[in-house]
Amino acid sequence: MRVVAGLVIALGALLTGAAQAQSPIPVKIGVLTDMSSLYADDTGPGSVAAAELAIQDFDPAAHNMKVDLVSADHQNKADVGASIARQWYDVDHVDMIVDVPNSAVALAVSDVTREKNKVFLVSGAASSDLTGPKCSPNTIHWTYDTWMLAHGTGKAIVQTGGKTWFFITADYAFGHALERDTTAVVVANGGKVVGHVNVPLNTQDFSSYLLQAQASKAQIIGLANAGGDTINSIKQGAEFGIVKGGQHFAGLLVFIPDVQALGLQAAQGLIDTEPFYWDMNAGTRAWTKRWQVKRPGKFPSEIQAGVYSATLHYLKAVAALKSAADGKAVVAEMKKIPTDDPLFGKGLVRADGRTIHPAYLFQVKSPAESKYPGDDYILKATIPADQAFRPMSEDNCPLVNASK
Amino acid sequence: MFEIFGIPSQALFGQLLIGLINGSFYALLSLGLAVIFGMLNIINFAHGAQYMMGAFAAYLLLQYLGLNYWVALIIVPVLIGATGIVVERLFLQYVRKLDHVYGLILTFGLALMIEGFFRNYFGSSGEPYQVPNLLLGGQNLGFMYLPTYRAWVIVFSAIVCFATWFAIERTRLGSYLRAATENPALVRAFGINVPRMVMLTYGFGVALAALAGVMAAPIYNVSPQMGSDIIIVVFAVVVIGGMGSILGAILTGFALGIIEGLTKVFFPEASNTVIFVIMAIVLLVRPAGLFGRTA
Amino acid sequence: MASLADPAILSTRGDGTRSLSVAFAAMVAFFAVAPFFLYPIFLMQALCFALFACAFNLLTGYVGLLSFGHALFFGWASYLCAHAAKSWGFPPEAAILFGTFSAAVLGLVAGFLAIRRHGIYFAMITLALAQMMYFVAVRAPFTGGEDGIQDVPRGRLFGLFDLSHEMTMYVFVLVTVLAGFLLIYRIINSPFGEVLKAIRENEPRAISLGYKTERYKLLAFVLSATVAGLAGALKALVFQLASLTDVYWTMSGEVVLMALVGGLGTVFGPVVGAFLIVAMETYLAQIGQWVLVIQGAIFVFCVLAFRRGIVGELAAFLRVKL
Repeated sequence: MRVVAGLVIALGALLTGAAQAQSPIPVKIGVLTDMSSLYADDTGPGSVAAAELAIQDFDPAAHNMKVDLVSADHQNKADVGASIARQWYDVDHVDMIVDVPNSAVALAVSDVTREKNKVFLVSGAASSDLTGPKCSPNTIHWTYDTWMLAHGTGKAIVQTGGKTWFFITADYAFGHALERDTTAVVVANGGKVVGHVNVPLNTQDFSSYLLQAQASKAQIIGLANAGGDTINSIKQGAEFGIVKGGQHFAGLLVFIPDVQALGLQAAQGLIDTEPFYWDMNAGTRAWTKRWQVKRPGKFPSEIQAGVYSATLHYLKAVAALKSAADGKAVVAEMKKIPTDDPLFGKGLVRADGRTIHPAYLFQVKSPAESKYPGDDYILKATIPADQAFRPMSEDNCPLVNASK
Repeated sequence: MFEIFGIPSQALFGQLLIGLINGSFYALLSLGLAVIFGMLNIINFAHGAQYMMGAFAAYLLLQYLGLNYWVALIIVPVLIGATGIVVERLFLQYVRKLDHVYGLILTFGLALMIEGFFRNYFGSSGEPYQVPNLLLGGQNLGFMYLPTYRAWVIVFSAIVCFATWFAIERTRLGSYLRAATENPALVRAFGINVPRMVMLTYGFGVALAALAGVMAAPIYNVSPQMGSDIIIVVFAVVVIGGMGSILGAILTGFALGIIEGLTKVFFPEASNTVIFVIMAIVLLVRPAGLFGRTA
Repeated sequence: MASLADPAILSTRGDGTRSLSVAFAAMVAFFAVAPFFLYPIFLMQALCFALFACAFNLLTGYVGLLSFGHALFFGWASYLCAHAAKSWGFPPEAAILFGTFSAAVLGLVAGFLAIRRHGIYFAMITLALAQMMYFVAVRAPFTGGEDGIQDVPRGRLFGLFDLSHEMTMYVFVLVTVLAGFLLIYRIINSPFGEVLKAIRENEPRAISLGYKTERYKLLAFVLSATVAGLAGALKALVFQLASLTDVYWTMSGEVVLMALVGGLGTVFGPVVGAFLIVAMETYLAQIGQWVLVIQGAIFVFCVLAFRRGIVGELAAFLRVKL
């Protein structure tokens, strides 16, 4: 009798042990993005598609994990974004939020994430504060930031002879940060800023500002704005013969959908810095082909590529820890293992939460140079990973100081 | 060369001219709004969306049918005007007699729907559209470089504005229209089909918006939000001019373009706000706008 | 400009106070149990907007003045409350009072300029003033530009209740909003409120009866602005942030929609409308790209089929006051 009971218990233990090994680790990922407004092309449904590819490539079943994906539209409102993030964490058991364009929303989500001890991977927002004064042990900033944009473009242009600058700046924190950082780089490399003008957000007509830029006789017109403002500046610049007159535009924040919206005729010659271009190598091209199955006719932006890369790396860290429960632990693990994927190559996540990888300086092709749809960029220079981002010593990130 | 507040006078002339060109867009758009308000008593919040549809229609005609700018300039207003007529039949005829708010909310809802549709099909960044070959290049006027296309914009919109004003204020058809707004029952008694006239008027107002859209396509980003960016300014123009006043809308449109142009030189950060400052001042001093009749 | 509220609502059975008390009891009961079923943050957001819409309704539904600039009071109170709590270390009750009081001052100035105009011109002048203050919000250093004021501490209420606790915050928001709601109800049903309604129905007649209508309108404007400010200040603490969205003209438009969808000139309409619009924003967010189209379709549908708003239609159907 006792023997039988013992056998039953042993068998039961075996069975439950086996069951435990079988029951997969649940992970839920939320893509919080702009689906219906200004940045929907650079992020939005394309970011969701990228996250889906990351899950597929990671192969959760092979790691005994079960990964779910949800997505929502924050409508570019910080309160909507924060409220969705809270609800996801509290009610829907989301473990990680990725993307989040618009720095106001990203900063709000970063606060919520820290409070709830989850994980936040920023790819869409640009503010370098996210790894600076407002850095968090639960947040990692992927893809790009204002410092990278300013330094990549500013330095390269001054070194190739663009000594005098005029800035057309979007009159809000993001624009001012871009202008300030770029000015510092230009001056440090022996260039000079001859003038600037602050333009309200969502201005239709830039001709007045372009005339001012023209009159300044600066060699380079730096566009410290984004999206529709950048497109309108460049489109009207072509009309006013800015480039024909010998001046050049430097787009401080340009995505490939912007170039597509301008057309190469208007955009040709534009210089900008990006960490990803779909046509870089065989790996990025193969990935783009798969992405385009979900987004026919479009080309992935660096933000969407960043969502893929960030999600993949996150899943690797969760697999190593065998749990997604403790956000700080997952982020710490993500900082420990090097990043590696076909889109950004090999890299790492620094203590301040900044992902480090090379960035590239591109010039937009002329219509004659472009051989097929999406053949938009010529690679002008590669900025090595250790120079592409702000050194941690200049961060003012409390996390870094604490660890010293 | 003399200077005004530290700005060389020649540069200032350039800025004034630029302001006048922007003003011609405001004039065209606010003209349509004023016509619709005057005749239908509806504040057409969908005007911006219809302007955007005009620009997109021009892009689509070029992309898929190979029809160039000049053809678009004629076909697009007709097409989009026709959609306006459908909208009037389906929705607006039911809210015309109600308080302004209902028409405003209804057209606001329509604007959201139109914008949403375009964003889903074309994305948010926009589509390319080039300046037509005939109008490429420009003239160096000495004080500024004037692109030929901008010169065309100002001349053409001035003609359209004048023609519309003339048709409404100086022709028999216009007098019927004006009479129909004053006293529809009486005009109907004269055997004139007032509902049809109202319907066509809305179509015409929408066609004006679409025309402005085609003219904007080569110089402004053709994107789904191009209309919502401009609608509130145009709205202000109509109010400053005096609701429903055709002449007021046209003149205020041009004048505000110039004032905005000057603001862009002296206080560029405020160039989107100056229009509201002016609106507040005008309404405090002249309750019914510059050219409006007091109710 | 014809009155926005439909007089048909007024033809009710009995004195109508019973239906109101029943509805009020139902509302309180709903909000008392709701946090056990619905997400508290969502409820708090809906409550803040409900109060905002009620404040708007006081001016538009009962005085007949359509404001298109109420974001001015809502958003600025939100900024000033957030700033007081974060940078000056004000306790929550003081920060909220500061925000609300600032809204009252702004309301006095804006009201003084605006009330002399009628109809669409009144709407436009409030819009113009609000956009001017939006510009200030963009440029002023303390507002943090498009990043807004983030990470605002909720603090301890009266030094006793820790508001970082979700349910405590919920109770605080609920009590404050109900107090604001009852205040507005009291105003509407006071002799002062009767004069307001008289002005709405026929201003020249009210003048001929010897009422200084300008003073009444100004006071109503200031009260409306103050309560809108209270709502904005509360919202800053709920979300722990204040941002440009709340001072932009689209927010003024949103509150018009809330009141209209729920029913202008009804007591409960704005609450229902705010609830619906916030729910739409929150739950439609999951379906992504089609948000705009669906929102637009709902507005069109409301105007064509539900002109008196949901509560207005319901009241007309039941022939009671709501």
